[in-house]
Amino acid sequence: MNKQRVVLEPGSADQHYWRDLWNYRGLFWFLAWRDILVRYKQTVIGIAWSVLRPLLTLGAMALIGWLFSSSVPEGVPRLLLVATATLPWTFFSTAFSEASGSLIANSNLLTKVYFPRMIVPASTVIVCLIDFVISFAILIVLMVVYRFMPDVRIVFLPLFLLLALITSLGTGLLIAALNVKYRDFRYVVPFMVQFGLYISPIAFSSADIYANPRVPEALKVVYAMNPMVGVIDGFRWSLLGGTTPLNIPGFTVSVGISLLLLFAGIRYFRRTERSFADVI
Amino acid sequence: MEGPIITVEGLSKSYTLRHEKAERYTALRDVLANKARSFFTRSSKPTITTEEFFALRDVSFSVGVGDRVGIIGRNGAGKSTLLKVLSRITEPTKGRVTLNGRVASLLEVGTGFHPELSGRENIFLNGAILGMGRAEINAKFDEIVSFAEVERFLDTPVKRYSSGMYVRLAFAVAAHLEPEILVIDEVLAVGDSAFQKKCLGKMEDVAGQGRTILFVSHNMETVLRLCNKCILLENGSVRESGPTDQVIRAYLGTGSGTNAQRSWIDRPNAPNGHGVRLRQVKAHDQQGRVLHTFEVTGPIGITMEYEVLTDGDVFTHSFNFFNEDGVNIFDTHDVVSPQRNEPRRKGIYSTTMWIPANLLAEGAVVVGVAVVKHEPFTIYFHERDAISFAVIDPMRGDSARGNYTLGFPGLVRPLCQWETRLVV
Repeated sequence: MNKQRVVLEPGSADQHYWRDLWNYRGLFWFLAWRDILVRYKQTVIGIAWSVLRPLLTLGAMALIGWLFSSSVPEGVPRLLLVATATLPWTFFSTAFSEASGSLIANSNLLTKVYFPRMIVPASTVIVCLIDFVISFAILIVLMVVYRFMPDVRIVFLPLFLLLALITSLGTGLLIAALNVKYRDFRYVVPFMVQFGLYISPIAFSSADIYANPRVPEALKVVYAMNPMVGVIDGFRWSLLGGTTPLNIPGFTVSVGISLLLLFAGIRYFRRTERSFADVI
Repeated sequence: MEGPIITVEGLSKSYTLRHEKAERYTALRDVLANKARSFFTRSSKPTITTEEFFALRDVSFSVGVGDRVGIIGRNGAGKSTLLKVLSRITEPTKGRVTLNGRVASLLEVGTGFHPELSGRENIFLNGAILGMGRAEINAKFDEIVSFAEVERFLDTPVKRYSSGMYVRLAFAVAAHLEPEILVIDEVLAVGDSAFQKKCLGKMEDVAGQGRTILFVSHNMETVLRLCNKCILLENGSVRESGPTDQVIRAYLGTGSGTNAQRSWIDRPNAPNGHGVRLRQVKAHDQQGRVLHTFEVTGPIGITMEYEVLTDGDVFTHSFNFFNEDGVNIFDTHDVVSPQRNEPRRKGIYSTTMWIPANLLAEGAVVVGVAVVKHEPFTIYFHERDAISFAVIDPMRGDSARGNYTLGFPGLVRPLCQWETRLVV
C-alpha cells in the first residue's frame, strides 16, 4: 500500500483536488451502479419507465405542436421533430432535478465519510445518461417507421450530447450546492423544469422564434440564453439532416451560457463543499 | 518507528451559533430580506445575533504507529468533532493535522447501506464508500461474509435483515478494511454480546498488525481493554493524555464535581445540627491515603470527622452510597460501635467505616453523610453529595470478573462462594 501524507489545515481542501477526485473514481462508479440498481426496484414495469416517460412527453408535446400548428421542416414528420427534442430534454430535466437533490439525499454519507463531494451529483447525471441511451430506442424506431435516414451530420451528435451533459452537470452542481444551504431550491427546481418545458423548442422549433417577425430582437436574445435551446437545436441539426439549420448567433449564446453555468457551478460547489457536513 | 503517524497541532474547530433560529438551514428569503433591510437602513447591525462556539480548542497531541488510542470525555467534550476533523469530513478552523497514512473512519456502522440492495451488493457498495477498491473487496468477500454470518441471506435486500444481521454485516465490512489509521466511533454498542466479543477480538487483531486505531467510547471497560493510550477531552480541550488507566482514573475522578476528600473546617456553612458540626469527610485506603480511585478487590475506608459542641447527647452515624446514575447502592447506619450508645463529651471525633473488598461494582460512587439519632428518629444533618470516588477493575483476574473483560453489569460485584459436587 502506498503511503500517503495528508495535511489538514483550514482551506487545505484545495490541494490535490482533482487528483483526489480521480482517486475516488471507483466510488463514483459504485454510486452510479447503486443508483441504477435501485432506480427501478419494486416497480412493476421497471426499466420500461425510462422509455415510457419520454414517450408520454413526446405524445403531449407533438399534440400541442399540432394544435398550435407550429412549423415543421419539409420532409420531416412532426413526431420525429418533437422526439429529437424530447429525448435530450428528458435527460436534462431528470439529471438536473436528481443532481440538485443528490447531496441532500446522500446527507448520511456526507456527514460520515470523506470523499470529493462532486462525485455525488456527477454520478447522478451519469445514471440519467444511461436512461437516455435506453430511451434513444424511441428515436431509432421512429426513424425506421418513417424511413428517415440521417446524413453525415450525425457524427457530431456526441458533441451535442456532451453539451447536454455539461448543461445538466453545471446547473446540477450549482443548485445542489445551493440546496445544501437554502432548501428553497427544493421548490424552485420542479418549477424551473416545468417552465423549461415550455420555453425550450420542444413542441415547436427554434425557427419559429428566430424567423418570426413578431418576436422582438431582445426577446430572441433572451430565448437564446436558455442553454437547452443550444442543446436541442444541435440535436435536431445533427439528426434531421440539415432540414433545421443552426442559428449561429443564438447557438453561440446558448453554448456560452452552458459553459458559464458549468464554470459557475464548479466554482460555487468547490467554495462551499468544505462546509457541507456542517450545514446539511 | 520513525515519527508519529498522526500529529495534531493547535487544532480548533468552531461553529457559529445563530440565536433566533431553530432550523439548521437558512432560507433564501431571510437572506434577501436581511440584505434588503440593511440596504435601506444602512445600518451595519446584524439582525441575527451569532456566537462562536468552539467544539475543539487548541488541541495538540501525536500518535505513534501501532498505538491504540482511546478518546474519552463527557457528552459534548468534542470527541466526535475531533474524529470528524481527522477523517476529513469537516475542516479545522485553526491549526493543522498531519496524517501519514490512509485513514478509514467508521463513524457509524452501515454508512451508505442501501435498504433495497442485497447483502452482496451492499458489501461492495459499503466497501467502496469506506475506501476499498473492487479487487480488495473481492479478495476479502468470503471472509467478510463468514465473519458476518449472513451466508444464507446474501441475496436478500438488507431491508429484510434483522437489525442484528444488518449490524453484523456492516461491522464485518469495516473490520476488513486495511488502512494504516482506523477511526472508530462507538460502534461496539451494537449486536449481542457474542458478536461484541467477536468485534473486540477482531479489533485486537487489527491492532496487533501494527495499525493505528483511534477509538471513541463511553465504555471504560472496552477502552481499558483495547487501548494502550488515552486522551481525555473536556470542553474541547485535552485535559489529560497518557497511559489508559491513568487517564480513565482522571476521568472517573471528576465524577460529580466533588472529590474524595472534603473539608468544612472553619467554614461557617458546615453541615450541622443539634450541636454536632461536620468537619471533613474522606475516602481512603488501609494506609490512610486519600484516593480518587479504588480497586474493586480492596476495602475502602470512609472517614467522617465532626465536632460535638454540647455534652451528653447520644447519636449515631450514617452513610449512603449512590452510583453515577443516581441509584442508591446501599445505606449503612452505625449499629455496632460502642460510642453509639454513650453520651458524648464535647470534642472532635473521627469515625471510620470500611466498605468490604469486592462489594462495589466499577464506576463512580457518590457518598452522602449523616448524623442521626434513632430514638426518637432525628436527622442532625445530612450532606448528600459529600464526596465521590471511582472504583475500577484492573483486570488482573482476581475479581468477580475472572478473566472476563466485557460488559459486566450490576450494582454490586461480590466475590461469591461457589460449590460444585458430582451428584451422580
